[in-house]
Amino acid sequence: MRDALFHILFAWYPYVCLTTFLVGSLIRFDREQYSWRAGSSQILRKRQLVWGSNLFHLGILLLFFGHLVGLLTPTGLYTMVMTVPQKQLIAVVAGGIAGTVCFIGLSLLLARRMFDPRIRKTSTTMDLAILIILWVQLSLGLATLPLSLEHTDGSVMLVLAHWAQGIVTLQPVHTDALQAIHWPYLVHLVLGMTIFLLFPFSRLVHIWSAPVWYLGRPGYQVVRTRRTVTPGARAPINQQPAE
Amino acid sequence: MSHFLERLTFFNKVSEPFSNGHGITTAEDRRWEDGYRKRWQHDKIVRSTHGANCTGSCSWKIYVKGGIVTWETQQTDYPRTRPDLPNHEPRGCSRGASYSWYLYSGNRVKYPLVRSRLIKLWREARATLTPVAAWKSIVENPDKRAAYVKKRGHGGFVRAHWDEVTEIIAAANAYTAKTYGPDRVFGFSPIPAMSMVSYAAGSRYLSLIGGVCMSFYDWYCDLPPASPQTWGEQTDVPESADWYNAGFIILWGSNVPQTRTPDAHFYTEARYRGMKSAVICPDYSEAAKFGDIWLSVKQGTDSALSMAMGHVILKEYHVNRQVPYFRDYVRQYTDMPMLVRLVEQNGALVPERFVRASDFDASLGESNNPDWKTVAYDETTGSIVAPKGTIGFRWGETGKWNLTEAASGGAATKLRLSLSGIEDKLAEVAFPYFGNIAHEHFASTDHASILKRRVPVKRLKLAGGDSYVTTVHDLFLANYGIDRGFGGENVATSFDDDVPYSPAWAEKITGVSRDKIVQVAREFATNAEKTNGRSMIIIGAAMNHWYHADMNYRGVINMLVMCGCVGQSGGGWAHYVGQEKLRPQAGWAPLAFALDWGRPPRQQNSTSAFYAHTDQWRYETVNVGDIVSPTAPPGPWDGTFIDYNIRAERMGWLPSAPQLETNPLQVAKDAAASGLDAKDYVAKGLKDGTLKLSCEDPDNPKNWPRNLFVWRSNLLGSSGKGHEYFLKHLLGTTHGVLGKDLGAEGKAKSTEAVWHEHAPEGKLDLLVTLDFRMSTTCVYSDIVLPTATWYEKNDLNTSDMHPFIHPLTGAVDPGWEAKSDWEIYKGIAKAFSKVAPEVLGIEKDVVLNPIKHDSANEIAQAFEPKDWKKGECEPVPGKTMPTVAVVERDYPHIYERFTALGPLMEKVGNGIKGIAWKTGHEVEHLKALNGVHTDGTNKGLARIVTDIDATEVILMMAPETNGEVAVKAWEALGKTTGREHTHLALPKEDEKIRFRDVVAQPRKIISAPTWSGLESEKVCYTAGYTNVHELIPWRTLTGRQQLYQDHLWMRAFGAGLCVYRPPLDLRAIKPVIDMKSNGEKQIVLNFITPHQKWGIHSTYTDNLMMLTLSRGGPCIWISEPDAKRAGIVDNDWVEAYNSNGALVARAVVSQRVKDGMVMMYHAQEKIVNVPGSEMTGNRGGIHNSVTRTVLNPTHMIGGYAQLAYDFNYYGTIGTNRDEFVIVRKLKTVDWLERPYSEKARAKTKLNAAE
Repeated sequence: MRDALFHILFAWYPYVCLTTFLVGSLIRFDREQYSWRAGSSQILRKRQLVWGSNLFHLGILLLFFGHLVGLLTPTGLYTMVMTVPQKQLIAVVAGGIAGTVCFIGLSLLLARRMFDPRIRKTSTTMDLAILIILWVQLSLGLATLPLSLEHTDGSVMLVLAHWAQGIVTLQPVHTDALQAIHWPYLVHLVLGMTIFLLFPFSRLVHIWSAPVWYLGRPGYQVVRTRRTVTPGARAPINQQPAE
Repeated sequence: MSHFLERLTFFNKVSEPFSNGHGITTAEDRRWEDGYRKRWQHDKIVRSTHGANCTGSCSWKIYVKGGIVTWETQQTDYPRTRPDLPNHEPRGCSRGASYSWYLYSGNRVKYPLVRSRLIKLWREARATLTPVAAWKSIVENPDKRAAYVKKRGHGGFVRAHWDEVTEIIAAANAYTAKTYGPDRVFGFSPIPAMSMVSYAAGSRYLSLIGGVCMSFYDWYCDLPPASPQTWGEQTDVPESADWYNAGFIILWGSNVPQTRTPDAHFYTEARYRGMKSAVICPDYSEAAKFGDIWLSVKQGTDSALSMAMGHVILKEYHVNRQVPYFRDYVRQYTDMPMLVRLVEQNGALVPERFVRASDFDASLGESNNPDWKTVAYDETTGSIVAPKGTIGFRWGETGKWNLTEAASGGAATKLRLSLSGIEDKLAEVAFPYFGNIAHEHFASTDHASILKRRVPVKRLKLAGGDSYVTTVHDLFLANYGIDRGFGGENVATSFDDDVPYSPAWAEKITGVSRDKIVQVAREFATNAEKTNGRSMIIIGAAMNHWYHADMNYRGVINMLVMCGCVGQSGGGWAHYVGQEKLRPQAGWAPLAFALDWGRPPRQQNSTSAFYAHTDQWRYETVNVGDIVSPTAPPGPWDGTFIDYNIRAERMGWLPSAPQLETNPLQVAKDAAASGLDAKDYVAKGLKDGTLKLSCEDPDNPKNWPRNLFVWRSNLLGSSGKGHEYFLKHLLGTTHGVLGKDLGAEGKAKSTEAVWHEHAPEGKLDLLVTLDFRMSTTCVYSDIVLPTATWYEKNDLNTSDMHPFIHPLTGAVDPGWEAKSDWEIYKGIAKAFSKVAPEVLGIEKDVVLNPIKHDSANEIAQAFEPKDWKKGECEPVPGKTMPTVAVVERDYPHIYERFTALGPLMEKVGNGIKGIAWKTGHEVEHLKALNGVHTDGTNKGLARIVTDIDATEVILMMAPETNGEVAVKAWEALGKTTGREHTHLALPKEDEKIRFRDVVAQPRKIISAPTWSGLESEKVCYTAGYTNVHELIPWRTLTGRQQLYQDHLWMRAFGAGLCVYRPPLDLRAIKPVIDMKSNGEKQIVLNFITPHQKWGIHSTYTDNLMMLTLSRGGPCIWISEPDAKRAGIVDNDWVEAYNSNGALVARAVVSQRVKDGMVMMYHAQEKIVNVPGSEMTGNRGGIHNSVTRTVLNPTHMIGGYAQLAYDFNYYGTIGTNRDEFVIVRKLKTVDWLERPYSEKARAKTKLNAAE
């Protein structure tokens, strides 16, 4: 029974979530362009948003890339520069700092969304649900920190990384190894996957459209045209002021 | 391509740089732009308009997209005006453009709503009882009745089904008709012109069951009684295009750009053409900016200003130099040459009544109505003649009722204006002066109450003995204090003399410098002299809402008349208040008042009815003595205002509903049983006391109005003057009346009205409101019915501002469970027909009606009025008391009657304003157009089933929309005048405007004798045009513009000639000013309620868009110095209160406002952002929470030519501007956001009356 449950949750469920995440995002992007947005409430109230939003986004970005790199980097690769316990230490310290920053920001945002009447009135159920889920997920993540310090050898980290790498390489590992892990890790995993599941149905889709291209944009005035554009051609406009 | 895939074309993304690479041109997907394109795409455009009580009457394009009304824009396809004249389009303002908000707003009434306590009682009773018995079981049980009556305004609505609510309403109506009489079922709806069929729906139902339609124009105080007094005409005004023809315009208390927004462009365009303009108003209004000169007059003293201007004009253009055009005009078109008798009183002569033909031997040869023919000297022969056109010629003979300058016999005349030169002597004549009445807040002078001035008089041998006589012209000049070289006192030798009514005198009263007065008067008159009368005065409610409104208006009218402006294009009196011009009125009236089934209908003047039934009379603070003239004819002139009203009703002057204490259905039965004619039976019964008029005991439960329908109106949130009295006595719910009644105060009580120690609270059994939005009135109702909005029904709309008739059309079906007014009343009629047979069959109904203006009866009481109750005469229906008629009511078949054009149109015909014509041909047309009923009691009659059927009835029957009828109407008038008028309509004889025509494009109306203006290629519509140019007499005693009012009551109350009357002291401050201090400074200010900027009358002030543009809730405007004195800064919450009640609003502190006054735009809803009042403990109140109306006896006069009642035409008006309030900062802003508890409220609330 327990085996079956673990198999469903950690071998099947990830694919359900990832499929929904990718296909759902694609469909929503194609069909619901007008709903593809961050749903910012800044217009309603600026207060609290400056700290809340910035702290949250800073923290969450660090956490996201920390998880990405930490879980998916093949063990063989990083052991060339550091040991496994060293990596775990870095993960705990960096994750702890980022997690705290994110936690402060997220708590501010959550309080604002729940208790500011204007913002509460204009929130959808999903807006509220996502914030609460993120908050719970973050709390769980932080709760695993002291646990991680109990096994500084990085063994748990390795189990989790293998599992994650197995998932993304379409070679799911046997879930027996996961059964020995402390429950907060497991709940954190399931909830994390659930966030991917909910992703296409929430305001999280804005992550796809993070305006990173903006940093390297070629011109500050963009003109969209219907006529055929010649790549790289110079505009036939005389830049000299008229006499 | 998929949006996603498009993003993946990373490697062949093309871009073209420009501006040295600062910009790039890309070829990426642009489909997202379609969203913006679709924003302005729509499925269809439908023509409709806003049935608001606004004179704009603008045609709009309503855009529909996916079955939803999305937005609206102005129509621009009005027919052109004339060459060289700007067109009417575009018309429309921001308020109209925001209307579509209502359709899908939270404020929309979506389902029939009923007070939950009522529906519980009803369902319980209905489980075992039949409908009428069920209603009876509820209202006859005091506890059950109180259970829902006392909760009015406290929420508790639940949804119900249409079938159930219409059954309740029908049962209540049937019970009331059976138990008390159908004249206890009232209905209030204003301004038919704004949506004629919707008005007609309710009034047709009420008229079929014998219910009472209540007036609005007088109640709103938009009716200027000076107009019927002077012209015999309700109100007639130029269309706004005619402003362009003017050379000089005075805007007098009218804020054209703000309140006549769609027409303001003509004012601007006229200025481009070279028109000069003066703006007269106390505050620096939007209009003030337009003026070449702004006169900031002290509010309420306008008549002093106009009298002074009149003084200048008379002196310089009629006396020192006589302008031929002016003199000829007043000779032919005014009563100035007419002779007036003078009687000796306290050592001086006092002007009395007009001399009549019957005063002479053999009545000057006049055998027909000699009592009603006034006389004048003929300058050429020196003899006294009875000139044509006086009202005696209108009735009983034909061919002589016209304004040709001829005597009755046909000889040409030139009437003598002044007796100067042929006088027997110069006599001292006494004129009353009121400007010396002290008032805490208005300037007064120390001139004597009686001003004696010298007037040339002749002594004539008249039937009643020798008498001095003079002309109106001589009295008129003397009254203005003009020095004509006759010597004597009280005349001004120069404009700097402080004598009433010189400019120097006016300067003290009005605060306007004498130079400006003289300058404006000269410019006004000089322009009129050069252009033959193209000087115009645009005037507004600002002046008409004062107790002495008549004087404000008559002062202005006098200026226009002495300069020959009335009846001339580009000139005259332009009173734009209330959308009174129901152009196809003659076609509409039969539909609206079911004249096709029974005549006459019951119509009640609202002011008197509400004064009596909201028990405002029990709190009267003004004594009759306060307004009696120092030159009043002998008489007691005592009593209270309701006493005068009761006398007026008794003498057949004013309508009276409920009419008799006995059920009129019972009276009919008793009359039949006694073998007497109903007329004789009622006269006899009244005389011997077996029948009593209801008006004599308005607090007796037998005489209460029991059921009230309100539709197309926000009676309780807007026009209900004395709002808190409405709540207390008519509705019987929580109220904020702070003062005590006369009984508690131990003051003089009425002598005619029965006094009950305890005033009733909650006279109405049932209050039903039809609305599309949850207005203040809805909140207080027992049943709220969801009605179609202005974009969801078919109807007709006209205005006085333009000559077009255009439609409301259903752009979408009524939302949720709403239905159009027509469908709702049709449904109620159906339910009534089903329910009524339980207690009612085919019944006879005795209907009492006042002596009507424009009927042959209007010349009923030639000299001193006589009261039959005091034994001064016999009660004779239609002569000394109301007319009595018997009307058959077929109660089981009300629905059949409602939906068919009844037989009387074919049998009797139609008519208006004293003329009548046959309508057989039109009925045939209607049968062909609408079809006929094929079975039932209405078999063979034309159908009026849908709202469009109803519009066709109006359009077919009205001369304005059916050229054939117009020709018939002019022909009929020609018989009376003896002149040919049909040329005015013959070119359009074949024109018949149908509903689909006006849906295609607004249509210009056809000229008809209903109105005094013409619509043609030669002239703009302007009032009095046909009187001056077709020589059709004004419908007054003298047949001319009547500047002297000779009725006994007019003379008694100082209204014989125009004089300055200072505002009245309503004494509403002292009793409460020290009642409850909140520690803040208090300041007493005059309470002025001008037209809205962010709303129109009762509408739009709850519209989120309009609220967003303004302060978003109730606000009052006060001046900077007053605010400083009271320690108020802008946007503070303040309270305004007096003994009538209290209101709460935010303060707008502005330089615009004159010191001493506070302005509150009227009809700001009680339901939006209104906190609690510290004085009453209730939610803030509306602008009418601090007002109480006071009646004026001169408006009650009847049976006397133009001074005769007609619905919305003459009668008491609901004035409210003499009111003062105490303003102070609110200490605590309490939003009352907790459950209502009577005990808790009583604690906070001050001890009010009792």
